[in-house]
Amino acid sequence: MTIKHFLNLEWKQFFRSSHWQKSMALNIVLVFFALYFMLTFLVLGFSVVPLLIKFAPEQEVFVVLNSYLFYWILAELFIRFFFQKLPVMSVKPLLTLNVKRSKVVHYVLGKSALSFFNILPLFATIPCGIMLMVEGYSGSLALAWIVILLLISLTINFINFIIESYSTESELSFLPIVGLLTLLFGLNYFNIISFTSIVGSGIIYLSNNPIFILVLLACLILVYNFNFKILRQKLYLDSSLKSKVQEVNAANLAWTERFGDIAPFMQLDLKLIWRNKRTKSSALLMVVGLLYGLFFYPQPMYADMVYIFPFIGIFVTGIFLINFGQFIPAWDSGYYKLLMSQNIKYEQYLRSKFVLMSLSVIVMFVLSIPYVFFGWKILVAHFAAAIYNIGVNTHVMLYGGSFNRKKIDLNQRAAFNYQGTGAVQWIIGIPLMILPVLIFALFYLLINFEAGIAVLILLGVLGLVFHKKLMKRITQRYINSKHVMINAFSQDN
Amino acid sequence: MISTTNLSKSYNGITVLKIDQLEIPKGQSFGLVGNNGAGKTTYFSLLLDLIKPTTGSIVSNEIVVSESEDWKPFTSAFIDESFLIGYLTPEEYFYFIGELRGQNKADVDALVSQFEDFFHGEILNQKKYLRDLSKGNQKKAGIVAALIGNPEVIVLDEPFANLDPTTQIRLKGIIKDLAQTRGVTVLVSSHDLMHVTDVCERIVVLEKGEVVKDLKTNEATLKELEAHFSGTSSVEVE
Repeated sequence: MTIKHFLNLEWKQFFRSSHWQKSMALNIVLVFFALYFMLTFLVLGFSVVPLLIKFAPEQEVFVVLNSYLFYWILAELFIRFFFQKLPVMSVKPLLTLNVKRSKVVHYVLGKSALSFFNILPLFATIPCGIMLMVEGYSGSLALAWIVILLLISLTINFINFIIESYSTESELSFLPIVGLLTLLFGLNYFNIISFTSIVGSGIIYLSNNPIFILVLLACLILVYNFNFKILRQKLYLDSSLKSKVQEVNAANLAWTERFGDIAPFMQLDLKLIWRNKRTKSSALLMVVGLLYGLFFYPQPMYADMVYIFPFIGIFVTGIFLINFGQFIPAWDSGYYKLLMSQNIKYEQYLRSKFVLMSLSVIVMFVLSIPYVFFGWKILVAHFAAAIYNIGVNTHVMLYGGSFNRKKIDLNQRAAFNYQGTGAVQWIIGIPLMILPVLIFALFYLLINFEAGIAVLILLGVLGLVFHKKLMKRITQRYINSKHVMINAFSQDN
Repeated sequence: MISTTNLSKSYNGITVLKIDQLEIPKGQSFGLVGNNGAGKTTYFSLLLDLIKPTTGSIVSNEIVVSESEDWKPFTSAFIDESFLIGYLTPEEYFYFIGELRGQNKADVDALVSQFEDFFHGEILNQKKYLRDLSKGNQKKAGIVAALIGNPEVIVLDEPFANLDPTTQIRLKGIIKDLAQTRGVTVLVSSHDLMHVTDVCERIVVLEKGEVVKDLKTNEATLKELEAHFSGTSSVEVE
């Protein structure tokens, strides 16, 4: 097994994945994001030096620039921790083949070095280096600086995986790292230990004495080897490649019986939410959503910005609706065939989801009543938003779901998991959040606050009045796309 | 009970299943054998309206399965693990299926209790989710769930695979009992010729999507099947 084979596998994995072949739309979105980030970094790289000169003309630009690198490093650690995963699972088939275990590990680690996370910074550092030369710094200094940042990036890359391998796979696994980063930030911010100047002068010293870059290189090799050791030990079916067994938590869901024929589905949905990582985190997000208003309402500058009241109202009362609803029916994708061969009425299945989302909106509205403290208009706006959510957004969600073609593996890690996300999810967010705000703003500007609220409520009530009709249309859409969905949900991505 | 006419399924112009005529009477235990890709699972998926036929139709109890959903109340199936809901315990799963099939908890309990020796103490009261059970135990739960609600047609794809020997023997007893004494039409596919000849009254061999043999099971059937699949002609068996 040579590196050539590995690369060959990699190539095929990428272009033969059903993601690539099935959904050009998502690829376009992803490419768009990648291009967007590259462009942003390019602009940042070219403009940061001139900007610094403009805003701090009395100081040496290279010094100022480097003093910010501490934040850069913190941000990098933070972002990597949440977004970058070591693709260990993909090497499972290699384990029984005639490939040395160490080679597999080198392959996994080496592959991670080529990830987008390591390439993206170059888009900022290289132009930044060029701008330094334009400003009269020597080429060797600029080059050394770029190399230093690259080495730091790679070191962070591997440190991240070490942290990850020591943090547990629970919902709160991010707490230690967030705590540590906050601590570092705090120590620096309150000038207890000035990391900005330590990091800054360190990098300046290294840039001026490029021979010491070897120390950085040694660090990188050290971290790599450490990572190698950990991973080598863990590359067994019963350690990092193993899936965990969970204890059962049973709850009495008898109260759902009062919803009649949809009770079995509601019980199923509640268990779905509570027993799977990803769904659980979307339920826990309700707490975050509830507090969202606190970012805005206490600040006087927003007190008169009536526009944002319905927006926050839609968000606060609808956070579960949006989070849960956008993946209907993909949540059930794992056993969709079962549901489709059982004696179920699609309408009941969908109505269960509708009731669940509506209940969440009502609960969130009730919990958000204390916001009345910041003004009665807020309460009114939240009420209108809640009605709009129940009457309009639930139906939009269910309708949008019928376009859902992405399977979700419920057992995957929760935070920042974009599995199951397709173009539809991006597009559906627009009418959901923006449209009600636009409608409100229109009537607010033309008439007054009350009129805007009244229109939102009216739309919501209309949705409820035509609920049966709408559900019929929606159900028909699901029935029409039944076979396509079954086929899509049985594909692995 | 189930009649298939002019059924075919093709993907991008390649036909994977083509059955001109196949009648399965009520109460028959029907076995489908064939190598990988012969079309067994495709046929079962068509029977359950999980995929659409390219031409023709399957009529189950006078209901065209691709047109009406009225076959669902009397049909049940276990095809693979995607028929299980991983985050439920086996009991919860049975109750859920029971609810969908109009059975209350007591009915389900009564049915499931008959299968205690089949479960071998590894399914019930384990405080484990289905996703955490072994493949074999998952299969046991799935098969028993397919028996809930007195279905008249039961479809089991590869029911013997992954099961331990004891369970295989018990499962054979269960399937025989269903067809012979309760009049249930049981459709089974298998790669194990011995099991399928033990259990089924009739065996149909699929090859590249077409029916090549349709046998009433007797003492010579196993030999004939073995001869067929080993590539020698059945004449040599004598």
